[in-house]
Amino acid sequence: MIARAVVVLLLAFMTLPTVVVVVASVNPTEMLAFPPSGFSLRWYEHALTYPQFRRAAVNSVIVTAASAALALPIGTAAALALVRHPLRLRGFWTAVLLSPLVVPGVAAGLGLLILAARLGLLANHAVLIAAHVILVLPFVIRSVMVSVANLDPMLERAAASLGARPWRVFRMVTLPLLRPGLFAALLFAIIVSVNEFVVSLFVSTRVTEILPVAMFTYVVNYTDPTMAAVSTLFIGATFVVVFAADRLLHLSRVFQIDTHR
Amino acid sequence: MVALGALFQLSVLTFVPGSLKTGGLTDANFRAVLAPQYLRYIWDTIVLSALTTILTLLASYPVAYALARTPSARVRSLILVLTLAPFFTGAIVRTYAWMLVLGQSFIKWPVKLLFEPEGVLIGLVHFSMPTMILILAAAISHIDPVYERAAASLGARPSRVFLRVTLPLSLPGIVSGSLVVFAWTFSAFPTPELLGGGRVKMIANVVKDLALDSFNWPGSGAFAVVALVVTLLVLAVTSRMLGREAAADGHRPA
Repeated sequence: MIARAVVVLLLAFMTLPTVVVVVASVNPTEMLAFPPSGFSLRWYEHALTYPQFRRAAVNSVIVTAASAALALPIGTAAALALVRHPLRLRGFWTAVLLSPLVVPGVAAGLGLLILAARLGLLANHAVLIAAHVILVLPFVIRSVMVSVANLDPMLERAAASLGARPWRVFRMVTLPLLRPGLFAALLFAIIVSVNEFVVSLFVSTRVTEILPVAMFTYVVNYTDPTMAAVSTLFIGATFVVVFAADRLLHLSRVFQIDTHR
Repeated sequence: MVALGALFQLSVLTFVPGSLKTGGLTDANFRAVLAPQYLRYIWDTIVLSALTTILTLLASYPVAYALARTPSARVRSLILVLTLAPFFTGAIVRTYAWMLVLGQSFIKWPVKLLFEPEGVLIGLVHFSMPTMILILAAAISHIDPVYERAAASLGARPSRVFLRVTLPLSLPGIVSGSLVVFAWTFSAFPTPELLGGGRVKMIANVVKDLALDSFNWPGSGAFAVVALVVTLLVLAVTSRMLGREAAADGHRPA
């Protein structure tokens, strides 16, 4: 009984900030008050019409779409190569491709900033997109690698023995069988890219910055609840995605939490 | 591969802080890291990371245990979604939310928390909990409940079963979870930046100040290299230990 109460309390601690943000977002006054003195959607209106947020939202869509479109084929090719081909230095390549997972954001951000300055590419979407591709790749590769490992090469060989050319085998057999992994990869790519902040802060300008960077700048400069409204929209979208993912992908399997029956 | 290029650039860029870009080779940037005014931030970073690791472990174990051992699929799903949602909400939203909670307008805290080390600590623990919970839950769920039942059937009380059977068997998860959280916290940026309000600084905030505010890229690079080396070292130890663990008793860590 006590144990259960402790777990509920800890889960409440984890959820508390979310609840506070949602309550704050409908607060009618500029100064936050609890309990709120009424209900108002004015901060949503302000958030949706604030020019810098609009520009940043467009940038976010561009950067996320472009980086997912690039990372998915690159990651799939890398996953196939890492699992299927007897590469020399396979461990080394795996470590290189997965390294963005463990490199601190400020180190990667500063490195890319210096690199971009050297190449004269500052204030350019390309740098931001390249950064996102690098950061998203490990998630894509991992998701696809699981599917590749589960794929029975006999199926591909069967198709080939029936006369299908390599490209046709890939398109008609390999790709459809990889679909669960590709779907998970796309999901991770979008979530990671949409939320990426630290590296983006280093390599973006006021013109190219994406939503999290614009939100950061807003919080540093203003205290009104507009940020709460934006955050609520963000949280709402995330909850929908995570819930759908749990239904579709059975997250407990993805995170390897076994159940003993 | 491109990431490697960036890292390479970093280490090259530990050059003299010429007012614009580069100068000759020097170790002045790294010696600056050890100057008293900066050493303080490194010490703060170590202390905050250590405290975060301990508190995160204590707060996460019960949730992880419930997640791994609950018989109800619905409860498991609920805990998982509540655990993962902040994981996916992004650092800025989460940190902003804590600014609201810790500020005095919502809850009248008896002591000042926002822009103090205590507030940063709370934010960091909250930030690390999902990771720790997932690692611990995976470790606990790999323990066959048969061991616990055997101990109980031999007359051990629940608390004794937990202390003598479950806890020792989940030790690999505890160690790897703690190391991962320590490594991540060591280079944490948004949480100390916003909840510290410039009064509490960790190493990543110094990197950002030097790089984006004073345009001292070489000096900033030295701090980034320190953060990078510590993070990679701790994580290398982790994977080393996990590998040995797997070899020792045939348990699969992943």
